Amino acid sequence: MTMEATTQVGIGLPSAKPVLFGYTSTQAIALAILVALVVLSPTVLYPVFLMKVLCFAMFASAFNLLIGYVGLLSFGHAAFFGMGSYVTAWTAKYWGLSAEVAILLGGLTGAALGAVFGWLAIRRSGIYFAMITLALAQMVYFFCVEAPFTGGEDGIQQVPRAKLFGVISLAPDMSIYWLVAGLFLFFFLFVHRVVHSPFGQVLKAIRENTARATSLGYRPDDYKLIAFILSTFISGIAGGTKALVFGIATLTDVHWSMSGEVVLMTLLGGLGTIFGPVMGALIVTAMENYLAQFGAWVTVTQGAVFVICVLTFRRGVIGELGAKLKLAL
Amino acid sequence: MITILGVPGPLLFGQLLLGLINGAFYAMLSLGLSVIFGLLNIINFAHGALFMMGAFVAWMLLNYLGLGYWWALVLSPLIVGIFGLILERTLIKHLYKLDHLYGLLLTFGLALVIEGLFRNKYGSSGMPYQIPPELEGATNLGFMFLPNYRGWVVFAALIACLGTWLLIEKTKLGALLRAATENAPLVQAFGVNVPRLVTLTYAGGVALAAFAGVLAAPIYSVNPNMGSNFINTVFAVVVIGGMGSIMGSIVTGFSLGVIEGLTKVFYPQASETVIFVVMAIVLLARPAGLFGRTA
Repeated sequence: MTMEATTQVGIGLPSAKPVLFGYTSTQAIALAILVALVVLSPTVLYPVFLMKVLCFAMFASAFNLLIGYVGLLSFGHAAFFGMGSYVTAWTAKYWGLSAEVAILLGGLTGAALGAVFGWLAIRRSGIYFAMITLALAQMVYFFCVEAPFTGGEDGIQQVPRAKLFGVISLAPDMSIYWLVAGLFLFFFLFVHRVVHSPFGQVLKAIRENTARATSLGYRPDDYKLIAFILSTFISGIAGGTKALVFGIATLTDVHWSMSGEVVLMTLLGGLGTIFGPVMGALIVTAMENYLAQFGAWVTVTQGAVFVICVLTFRRGVIGELGAKLKLAL
Repeated sequence: MITILGVPGPLLFGQLLLGLINGAFYAMLSLGLSVIFGLLNIINFAHGALFMMGAFVAWMLLNYLGLGYWWALVLSPLIVGIFGLILERTLIKHLYKLDHLYGLLLTFGLALVIEGLFRNKYGSSGMPYQIPPELEGATNLGFMFLPNYRGWVVFAALIACLGTWLLIEKTKLGALLRAATENAPLVQAFGVNVPRLVTLTYAGGVALAAFAGVLAAPIYSVNPNMGSNFINTVFAVVVIGGMGSIMGSIVTGFSLGVIEGLTKVFYPQASETVIFVVMAIVLLARPAGLFGRTA
């Protein structure tokens, strides 16, 4: 069972030769533009907004690793994002850990949870996989509502922006911005590197034809599980980073609507494209900021975007753009 | 007072009844999901939202038109069924040739739109809906007091589930439906209008959800989130039961409700999560689900 859209564009195009980290020359140019935007945009845009975008871009890239390259639709990624957020917030606030250790612990929490959930969920594929991940994430949500350490409805508030390596203060917005930007670029490149590694090639082979990959001696379940754990690790990192930026971890981060949001970002940007999740995160976050004053219209708009995306442009903004320009973006 | 396993009898039976009621809703919702999945090959994520809509239509009929519970029980499934019919004809039918996952994404979007619209209009606090006068009060069964309305919900749900089972397993229409689930092009070659059958199936499954919504209205307050609270658990129920069999969905739905009720008595902290734990165990032991046919 494969996502039809992903095979039309993106990595499937046997176009130009990769020059750097598996990037073709046009992709390298696009990457340079992205880096320039990440570096320059805080001079014109509000840094806290940009950090929110970058956290979600990390989250969406991690999600895209699964849906875009393995064909697994997880509807429970909020569990990893939210638990990462809680653990980072808790360890930074009560244990006084430095920023990088707290965030790393958030990522490891995501990965540990991902190892268990992935181990259960990869027994089924397609829509069952989606339903199982959704149900397991719902269990995590109920756990977070009950468990004392999450602070219930209040969440963990007033999380200090712990010092990086115990020395560099992250309190000013622009200081923590460079940390978030660095993490984002690192994991953005990391996901791309994974996809273009021999491991990534096997993932694609499994997505395209599981039986043939098996007959070649690969164990599909092992590969799927490793991809799942990688994705949940990065999701935990993204959640933890967000907790430090905003100084708060709440039930919103583990709620199923968060899982829906990351699906929307990736779908809108373009499943299986390199730059799509980033674009999707930008559009969805900007839309939310703009619509926040209109209450539940955010939900209505998100739903409408889902419907329009599925019916009219399944390849997403970047996917359609790439198809028009005949480039794999 | 009688005690069973150290638990007071009335408490045990009270929770068992609550469990049966939740189970009734799980059964009706997962039944609709399986029937729709069987023929349309999509998982109807909007099922919870349409369940909620059923309850809201009942509330609107009462407050805007003065039509009471019994009217709502007939009219609300009809109205929501027609709404489902329009959804299928205008939006969902474009997805049949695509990967199943797109159906999930589209109906998820629809659920967000429907819930968001109701939340805009009515807020998220919820509104009361009175139990019809005929079903007020309680009956003494000797070992416990049975609130009449709750007894009625379990009874009505059983009738609806068995009715659906009879319709699908014992009538000509049901035979066509089962045949189309197995091999749609072949059935179409015999001159059956399969697209119409598909539309009717979607509308029927949705109407069943709305019927459940009307039954639920006097028990839970009518609020825009009532559907999404239920649907996540129902997905776990569907995974446990597998979507292969009608009777399987009914039995799984009711028994999981009862398991949930029992957990509330013996280990209340786990009552919200027990169904998901059962799902994990079933996945380990029988990945295709208890009544599932294929992986």
